[in-house]
Amino acid sequence: MTVKRWPRVLAHFFLIALAVVWLVPLVGMVFTSFRPYAETSIDGFFSWPDSMSFDNFRNAWDRGDMGQHFVVTIALVVPAVALTLLFSSMVAFAVSRFSWRFNIALLMLFTAGNLLPPQAIIQPLFQIYLRIPLPEIPFISNSGELRGSLIGLILINTAFQSGFCTFVLANYMKTLPKELNEAAMVDGASVWRQYWQIVMPLTRPALAALATLEFAWIYNDYFWAVALIQQGDDLPITSSLRNLSGEFFTDENVVAAGSLIVVLPTLIIYLILRRQFIGGLSLGGTKG
Amino acid sequence: MSLDESVTATDHDVTTPVTSHEREEGRRSHSLLTGSDRRTLTLMTAVPSFLHIALVWIPAIGTFILSFTNWNGVRWSSLKWVGFRNYEQLFTVFEKDLYESLFNNLWVMVALFFLGTPLGMLIAYILDRNLKGSAIYQSIFYTPVVLSLAVVGFIWRSVIYSPGQGILNSVLGRTEPGNQIDWLGNPDFLIPITSEYGLSKNFMALIAAMIWVHVGYVMVLYLAGLKSVDPNLREAAAIDGANEWQVFRQVIFPAMKPVNIVIMVITVITSLRVFDIIDVLNNPIGTDVLSILVTDNILGESGNVGRGSAYGVMLLLVCFGFAIIYLRNAFGEED
Amino acid sequence: MTTRKTEIGGYPSPAEWAKDLNRRTVLKGGVALAGLSAIGVSCGSDAATEFTGAIGDAGGALTIGSNASDPAPQAGLAAVVGSFPNENVEVTINTLDHNTYQENINAILQAGEDDVLAWFAGFRNKFFADQGLLGDISDVWDQVDGLGAGFLAASTATDGKQYFMPTSYYTWAVNYSKSLFAEKGYSEPSNVDELLSLADDMASDGITPFVFANDGQWPIMGTFDVLNMRINGYDFHIDLMGGNHEWTDERVRNVFSTWESLLPYHQTGANGRTWQEGAAALETGECGMYLLGTFAASASEALAADMDFFNFPEIDPAIGAGALDAPIDGFQMIAEPKNAAAAKELLLHMSTATAQDAYLSEDPSVVASNSGANTSVYNDLQKKSAALASSATGISQFLDRDTIPDFAGECGNMFAEFIEDPSKVDSLLSDLEEKKVAIFADYS
Repeated sequence: MTVKRWPRVLAHFFLIALAVVWLVPLVGMVFTSFRPYAETSIDGFFSWPDSMSFDNFRNAWDRGDMGQHFVVTIALVVPAVALTLLFSSMVAFAVSRFSWRFNIALLMLFTAGNLLPPQAIIQPLFQIYLRIPLPEIPFISNSGELRGSLIGLILINTAFQSGFCTFVLANYMKTLPKELNEAAMVDGASVWRQYWQIVMPLTRPALAALATLEFAWIYNDYFWAVALIQQGDDLPITSSLRNLSGEFFTDENVVAAGSLIVVLPTLIIYLILRRQFIGGLSLGGTKG
Repeated sequence: MSLDESVTATDHDVTTPVTSHEREEGRRSHSLLTGSDRRTLTLMTAVPSFLHIALVWIPAIGTFILSFTNWNGVRWSSLKWVGFRNYEQLFTVFEKDLYESLFNNLWVMVALFFLGTPLGMLIAYILDRNLKGSAIYQSIFYTPVVLSLAVVGFIWRSVIYSPGQGILNSVLGRTEPGNQIDWLGNPDFLIPITSEYGLSKNFMALIAAMIWVHVGYVMVLYLAGLKSVDPNLREAAAIDGANEWQVFRQVIFPAMKPVNIVIMVITVITSLRVFDIIDVLNNPIGTDVLSILVTDNILGESGNVGRGSAYGVMLLLVCFGFAIIYLRNAFGEED
Repeated sequence: MTTRKTEIGGYPSPAEWAKDLNRRTVLKGGVALAGLSAIGVSCGSDAATEFTGAIGDAGGALTIGSNASDPAPQAGLAAVVGSFPNENVEVTINTLDHNTYQENINAILQAGEDDVLAWFAGFRNKFFADQGLLGDISDVWDQVDGLGAGFLAASTATDGKQYFMPTSYYTWAVNYSKSLFAEKGYSEPSNVDELLSLADDMASDGITPFVFANDGQWPIMGTFDVLNMRINGYDFHIDLMGGNHEWTDERVRNVFSTWESLLPYHQTGANGRTWQEGAAALETGECGMYLLGTFAASASEALAADMDFFNFPEIDPAIGAGALDAPIDGFQMIAEPKNAAAAKELLLHMSTATAQDAYLSEDPSVVASNSGANTSVYNDLQKKSAALASSATGISQFLDRDTIPDFAGECGNMFAEFIEDPSKVDSLLSDLEEKKVAIFADYS
């Protein structure tokens, strides 16, 4: 719809002012990442730069051993996001498209599980993980038990995130016309085919949106990783940022540079998927 | 429909009790399910549910049980049952920590609810009008959401709030010794409630960082919701002579109910679970929240699992309080 | 067994501290016995592997858990491993950042993936040894040469056995800029009155006398430590840390009164300032003195080149200025290591001058524990640190290493609140005492 000129100018005014406030910290970080610590620690962060270089980036990449940690991160995030979406969409499909005895109970279980704080469950979880043996497979389960393994990390992220995703997907699937299933059933399509070939393709926007969000969340998590993995090399990328902090001294400019490297993948994914992302998160908003 | 009903009648006993089902039949078509379909459906829910229960709910119950012990987190042999001692101590010796964190969790909720969330909604509402540069604005506001918390902590602690070097004091001209503003360290109350509890200045500084992250989040969710609102509704209301606020209040907001609920839930979760941002800002005095107390005790070197679990149970109780309110709203109407 | 008990080499302040240790051991005999019987079972298995002292018998894989994420210490540890003569042992270093490592030490101990763990001497080591989580390395100590009695004491748990191998330490003192002192004609004070008049001089020169930075709530623990040791003496301090005195005691109250009288000489707004910003304030000459560990020099090369320090001067002549914080770092072995033989060989190697020289060649910010280490390569700060520690009459490990970690956190909180509003000291102290009772109840 068209908007009159003056409100439009006003809106830009408001947004620009706000955007500046939002950008100050970000620009401050980018600016800092190009300057040496010795300079900002004496002149402050709000000062004219004497020297700017990529040294901090190089330093962060090497010291954080980021190449290695990126590999671990991809091996964690991709399966975790896929599994989370698969599991939550299955549950969402079952509770939103069928009437079943435990329908609401199940949805409540997942929704309420979504509210639990991770700190409140970590100690028993660690003890459970300590007691479940796994075959020792290099990279996948170096430790020979669920604790310290990539599998364990994928599973807890999946279990924990599936609460939110089930909730969102169930809402979304409820808005799909019921006739779809009925027609399919008359055609003799099995439940799995209804799920996989009819409902899932229609849910794609919501899945894309959730994939973007979940990618950022699981990618940025360090709580589960640090609590459940004790070998430095097996930790995902966020932890290599922590490795840039020393016992006492931390070169904050290197941390800023490292953070920029680490944030790039999530930002790029957001920029690429932005349209689907916004479109897909409609969360079953009523049409009219 | 007649086919559907006849099959339903024979299948009642297997899937759903007749009573609760009667109203729904004809609307839902589960009753056409074959045996193998039913097995598929069972499996589709059972596997994810098992994982969720085993790794989320069972540990939650474990925490509840551990809150009645003095366990140190290492050897089971050192575990002693202490009854309600941990809870008793929370309300006596550690009373101040407990109330301070309950208050702080509440402040986060209030701030996000009345500042962060409305601001995100407002931005989304404006951006939905196809303004030029919308994509750029969106990206700017969304970036904090995807930043790793290590960097959020660094940005706010050093770049913004550092008393001698930070941008804030530089811009305000308060960098001289003695007149620097101690943004993160000053626990004086901005809004006192009693002499001991209130909203402290440094906690407000932390909340500013939380709002910085939260707004972009609400913005994308709301923007997504707005996209699904029928533009004709707005046109119609505008023709009726309603002003902008009336259109929002009476047309858009009600049409967005499902999204509003999601955003409310997320706001509540965020404020109850808030942890990382305080942790990376080094948890200055007077800025404890429940999750920080849980973590310090449970994961700390001393391994005070008993007391930490008791804090955890307090957190669970608060969360459940909200969960029940929410679930009653969300599912109440379906029954 | 006999040689090491009598040998007194260099650091730390051997005679006094050893005597103190004996007295305390006698006093705590009851507790020690109880502890001994409680952990007797878990320690039994280790005695089976007899350590002969020869390096070269062991083989296989060995993992060291390290908290050295900074480049210098990381290179230092790699050099130590490189200098390990037994090439049949394949050593892996598992590095976590210092903070994560410390917060997750319980998980690391339970995971059992690392045989040898970087850790801290004194209470923090004893805390785990008493719980049966560490392996007895008394037989390694039988072979150790060149570590003084102070180190032995700091490595001994309640049961009288050794569970720690100290490798290096650093000292806490009052740091200052040499150029500023030269320019303004300041000199190092030798008692508290001189310190105060120095502070007054600085104030009138427009310089804030003391840097005050407490982000993270650990840095100013050092101020409390040194004031308590100057006013009430080393024994009282250690006993207070051990939970044996009340925080509401008049003597503790005195420390806070003195501290309050010194606060006007300090920077304001300490709680939101990181120690690194504090170091910058020292470097720019905004402030004149900074009570901190010698790691202050790591903040910048310019500061390192210009920094010197003096021991915090005496307050009560009857007590003197002999005690100080000098945290000792080193390594311990987990209770059930996968490769005990190799772990013990490596620990013995780590105690030697050879290994420590290798370490210090990469990280010159600390001082070697072995009296045979090559001190000729020390820089001025290292030399002064070593001299200060060896003349000390009592060495504490720093508040967060001398008491239960949980309780140290509560102390940190209390100190931070105290400097914001010193008038609340009485209620803060009685709260702290209540928490102490609750926290210590689980560990006595």
